[in-house]
Amino acid sequence: MTHVIAQLGAWAVMRIQEMGRMLLFVLSAFAWLARPPFRFHQIMKQLHFIGYRSTFVVVLTAGFTGMVLALQGYYSLRKFGSEGLLGSAVALSMIRELGPVLAALMVTARAGSAMTAEIGIMRITEQIDALDTMAINPRQYLIAPKLVAGILGVPLLVAIFDVVGIYGGSLVGVDLLGVSQGAYWNSVESAVEWKDVYGGILKSVCFGLIVSWVCCYKGFYTRQSAEGLGSATTEAVVLSSVLILVGDYVLTSVLL
Amino acid sequence: MIKLVGVEKTLGGQPVLQGIDLSIPVGKLTTIIGGSGSGKSVLLKHMIGLMQPDRGEVWVGDIEISRLSGTPLNNVRKQFAMLFQGAALFDSLSVFENVAFPLREKLRMKGPEVGRRVEEKLEEVGLTGMGHKFPAELSGGMRKRAGLARALVMEPEIILFDEPTTGLDPLMAKSIHDLIVTMHRRFGFTAVMVSHEIPEIFGISDWVAMLRKGRIALMATSAEFQRTTDPDIQEFISVGGTVALPGSFVG
Repeated sequence: MTHVIAQLGAWAVMRIQEMGRMLLFVLSAFAWLARPPFRFHQIMKQLHFIGYRSTFVVVLTAGFTGMVLALQGYYSLRKFGSEGLLGSAVALSMIRELGPVLAALMVTARAGSAMTAEIGIMRITEQIDALDTMAINPRQYLIAPKLVAGILGVPLLVAIFDVVGIYGGSLVGVDLLGVSQGAYWNSVESAVEWKDVYGGILKSVCFGLIVSWVCCYKGFYTRQSAEGLGSATTEAVVLSSVLILVGDYVLTSVLL
Repeated sequence: MIKLVGVEKTLGGQPVLQGIDLSIPVGKLTTIIGGSGSGKSVLLKHMIGLMQPDRGEVWVGDIEISRLSGTPLNNVRKQFAMLFQGAALFDSLSVFENVAFPLREKLRMKGPEVGRRVEEKLEEVGLTGMGHKFPAELSGGMRKRAGLARALVMEPEIILFDEPTTGLDPLMAKSIHDLIVTMHRRFGFTAVMVSHEIPEIFGISDWVAMLRKGRIALMATSAEFQRTTDPDIQEFISVGGTVALPGSFVG
């Protein structure tokens, strides 16, 4: 029994130490961000990788999400004779929840795993040590631009997601299911308020930080083996996804 | 210039360095040898602050670096360059960009001067015309040469070589050794090399130090080292440096 408690205690201590190390990791990266040289070129490069190159998968996901929302929503609303509210149902679902969460999950799967793998391989092949020996801080050169790109890129992707999703809903609701176009867009306009939009933006900024933070951390501290890299990539995606969902609940409860 | 005093280091619960006292002569080529797992690379990493000792001191000039971090440590590192075992070239950059990297990042150099210095270094290491290639397109020997060019481009005072010929065929290994010696004689930097290549290292090194059971068993000039009467050391150098001596770190 004592042995079990000791093991549990050791596990808990390890987890707390890791949380502390993660926090120090992101704080030191942000601290280095404020010091010259300011890596605008690196930030733009990462913004291109995280943001621009995720656009296709985000548009695809958004389109089909909006379409299936409209499909499901139409038949539910028709029972109450409220098909005219389809636009508001799709728009509010997208802007408040599905846009930030699903866009962040798509970015995690695509760009987050790639970030972990890239940094992990750099760790294993001593490229990060090489940066250290050249007196170039790896947190400033590698990590900080990715954090900034995540914070800037994910909200932009979420905006695209919301717009494409609402249009996807319109495609199904108006063109396929016969909801009045005027009713659809009027209900969007009347239901969506500024607090819904900034709530979605706030969530997307937080999720962008979570994705880049967790994925960079896991890659930076990869164990020196192929198995270690594989584990790091898996853990990064799983942890990011879980934290996005947990964070969504926390932020929703705060915002409501 | 580099001095280790009483350095101890434990990794994975196993003591690796158990009281290292070592002074690296300035302007000379010193090679560190020892059995597999004896801690040679660990020792090398302490010299540039990539690892910190559990006990002891590491001096670079008159600065003790074992507890330094951040900007003060980076200032000390400006004297150094390092050639890693796998060359550690940045995969996403071409050979030209890899060699230019320290010039652009540390000296903020721009324009044709960068190209001139990079081409000069590539020519010195025998990689003329290879600047456009990426690391994945290079052979092992070419990657080492590119890594050496990158190490030399800033004209450092100290260069550390971590097993520069590991994984190369004997002819390629000899060419890398010859290149290191040529560069050393031309530029006069302090060189510290970790190597398994016995007896070749005796022909190129000024000083040789042997690591055994976590301590420096012997440090002497190349000629004096070969004349040692220590039976373990004689056995080690006579079988070509491939035997794991007692007290080696495995992990």
